[in-house]
Amino acid sequence: MEIKVVKDIMGANDQIAQKNRQLFDKNKVFVVNVMASPGAGKTSLILETIKRLKGKVKVGVVEGDISSSLDAEAISKEDVPVVQINTGGECHLDASMTASALDNLPLADIELLLIENVGNLVCPAEFRIGEDMRILIASTPEGDDKPFKYPLMFHEADAVLINKIDLLPYLKFDVDAFSKAIKGINQKAKIFPLSCTTGDGIDKWVDWLRGQAKG
Amino acid sequence: MHELSITQSMLDLVLEQAKNAGAKEVGKINLVLGVVDRAVQFYFDFLSKGTPAEGATLSFKVIPTTARCRNCAQDFKLGEFDWTCPHCKGNNIEIVGGKELFVESIEVD
Repeated sequence: MEIKVVKDIMGANDQIAQKNRQLFDKNKVFVVNVMASPGAGKTSLILETIKRLKGKVKVGVVEGDISSSLDAEAISKEDVPVVQINTGGECHLDASMTASALDNLPLADIELLLIENVGNLVCPAEFRIGEDMRILIASTPEGDDKPFKYPLMFHEADAVLINKIDLLPYLKFDVDAFSKAIKGINQKAKIFPLSCTTGDGIDKWVDWLRGQAKG
Repeated sequence: MHELSITQSMLDLVLEQAKNAGAKEVGKINLVLGVVDRAVQFYFDFLSKGTPAEGATLSFKVIPTTARCRNCAQDFKLGEFDWTCPHCKGNNIEIVGGKELFVESIEVD
């Protein structure tokens, strides 16, 4: 006997993502899913963003890693609520892992929640976690061919942050070609060239983020 | 890798449907997806042990990655490094096929 099913396998994840979103809406939390490859500067970007929002916006952080709590320790020095999720081998955060972290965060006291996904340019794009916005950090040493190699990540991002622009004099990285490639698959993506080391371009990104969070 | 959690979600979905239909055994699962990964079969064999879906055949209907040009509204298959529309040479595209991942039907006894 054949039974017609036609059900999305990701449906279970999406349902939990919707519940997370409901919880965020109830507490008026704007949620950003921070995605990038390992070493692109996710934690550095989060630290720089927190520093600039200090006293203006109440920030909380979820750190997703396969193992260790190194990133959460670095964030906690900034005196913001932070929860570490260890995925224990999984290559991305999914909605239920995110939900488990939310129990340990004072959501009512958070206006902006930055969720650092596992360093990976493939899998995180496929799992919604209940976020309002997805950003992708691409750093210059990774090369300017990445939009072609990891199209889904670039397709799904609301903003692409080009980090480590202070290294441009030493690299064959064409910012214009890279931006054009991104726009080719994702016209709506905002692009912010910046450097977490020198601070160049960070204010522009943070101003835009604040505008989005208010809207 | 996330094939493990995806395969688990797929199995949960199949077992629920089979149970609702009062089936004792699942013989075949027809999947529609963008990418076939041998890992899905590997994890399925492992995860389905001892369930009514143990030993079921997995059938994969693969949907190629397809883009639609926003300028001229025509569909085309994506090349690896060339994301330009072959019809109008525009490069404002959206992905319209190849992201599918669902259970189309199951065959049970």
